[in-house]
Amino acid sequence: MNALHPSDEPQPGPGIVEQLARDDVERKKFLRMAGRRVGTGVAASGLAAFIAACGSSSSSSSRSTSAAAAGGSSSMSSSAASADPAGTGDLAIVNYALTLEYLEAQFYAKVGRSGLFSGKTLSVLKTFGMEEAEHVLALKKVAGSLGTPAKRPVGRFPIKSASQVAKLAGTVENLGAAAYLGQAGNIQSREILAAALAIHSVEARHAATLNTLLKLSPTPEGAFAKPMTMAQVLTVVKPFIA
Amino acid sequence: MSNPNLQHPELAGVEVHGISRASFIMRGALAAGAAYGAGAVAPFVSSAFAAGGSGDVEILNFALTLEYLETDFYKVKGRTVGLSAEARALASSFGDEEAEHVAALTKAIGAAGGKPVAKPTFAFPVSSAAGFLKLAYVLENTGVGAYNGAGPSLVNKQYLAAAGSIVQVEARHAAAIALLIGSPVTPDGAFDKPLSKTQVLTKAGPLIKK
Repeated sequence: MNALHPSDEPQPGPGIVEQLARDDVERKKFLRMAGRRVGTGVAASGLAAFIAACGSSSSSSSRSTSAAAAGGSSSMSSSAASADPAGTGDLAIVNYALTLEYLEAQFYAKVGRSGLFSGKTLSVLKTFGMEEAEHVLALKKVAGSLGTPAKRPVGRFPIKSASQVAKLAGTVENLGAAAYLGQAGNIQSREILAAALAIHSVEARHAATLNTLLKLSPTPEGAFAKPMTMAQVLTVVKPFIA
Repeated sequence: MSNPNLQHPELAGVEVHGISRASFIMRGALAAGAAYGAGAVAPFVSSAFAAGGSGDVEILNFALTLEYLETDFYKVKGRTVGLSAEARALASSFGDEEAEHVAALTKAIGAAGGKPVAKPTFAFPVSSAAGFLKLAYVLENTGVGAYNGAGPSLVNKQYLAAAGSIVQVEARHAAAIALLIGSPVTPDGAFDKPLSKTQVLTKAGPLIKK
C-alpha cells in the first residue's frame, strides 16, 4: 500500500494524472480570461465547467417543486448562470460541494414523494435527504461568508422503480463521497476542511448503507477509498442536471 | 429544517493556530451561528496535535495505534465470540482492510523519517457476538472522529489525502455495522463530530494494555 508515500501521486492511475495536467492548463486559460489570479488546484476549471453545465438549466420551470427540499430560494431570479462568479480557491470548492448537495437534496425529496418506498427504507431515505438539506444550508452560509453562493441547479432524476432508485441513490452517494475526498487537499482554510471532513464521512455512511441495501460491498474500493476530480464528477453528474 | 448543529456555544472558545485572514472571516460567520466548521475544528487544532508542534508523524503514529487496535479486534477477538455468518464475513473483510491501513501508515511514517510505534497489546472486554458488534460500532465511530479531528492538523497534503481515503472506509465500516445491529448509521446526524486526541484516548485507551 503506497497510498501514503509522500512521493506518490495522490490520484490513482496515469489517466487521471493526465487529466489533472489538462485541467491545469484549462484552469490557467480560464483564469486569464477571467482576469483573476491563479487559484488553487483544479477547482476553478472544474467549477467553470460545472457552472456552465448548470447554466443550461437555469430557465427550467420545474424549479419550484424542489425548492423545499434544498431549502434554498436565492436562485429564483437566476439569469445566465455562466455569469455566476464561482470564485476561486475555497469559495470555488464550497460552491462545487453546494451544487452537489443541492442535487442530492432534490433527489431525495423526489424519491420521498415517489411512493416507491415504505417503512424502514423510506425512513432511511428521508433521513439522508434531511441530512443533505442540512449540508446545503451549512455550505450556502459558508459560501456566503466567502463570496457569492452558487445558484441552485435543477436536478433531473429518473424515478422508475424502487430498485432503480436505490441503485441511483447508491451511485449518487458514492460519487458524493469521492467528490469530497478529491477536494480535501485543495482546501486552504482549516475550518472549511474540518466542515468538509464532517460532511465527507456522512456521505460515506450514506453510501455504505445504500450499498448494503443493494447487497453490494460497503467498501467497494477496499481499504482505501478513491477520490474523484471535479472533471470526473461532472461527467457523472451532467445527465442529472436538467 | 432546523439544524441542531448550527448552534455551537463552544465557538466562543475557539482558538486556531496560525489563523489566516480567511479563517478569521470564517470564524466571524461561524460565531454568528452560521455553520459547522469552527465547532468542528476546535478540539484538535487548538490543543491536541498542533499545539505541541508534534506534527504529522505523531498524528500518523496515533492513527497507526488505532489501526493496530482495530486489526487485532477483528482478526483476533472476532474469531472468539461466535459471530453469525454475516457478521463474520464483515469482520473478516474489515479486519483485512484495517491491516492494510496498518501497513500503509507504517510505510508512511518511515518515509516521513519517523519511527512507527510498536504494536501494542490489547484487551477487549467482550465475550459475546452482540458485545463484540456493539464495541465494533464504538471503535469505528471513534476512528471516524479521530481522523476527522486530526485531518485539519496534517501539514502534508499527501497524508491528508491518505487520511481522507482511510476515514471514508472507517465511516463505511461504521455504517455497515450499524445496519447489522440496528443502530443509527449517522449517529451525529448530518455532520460527523470530530474528536480530540483526549476524547479518542478516553474511548480507546482502556483497551490498550501496552
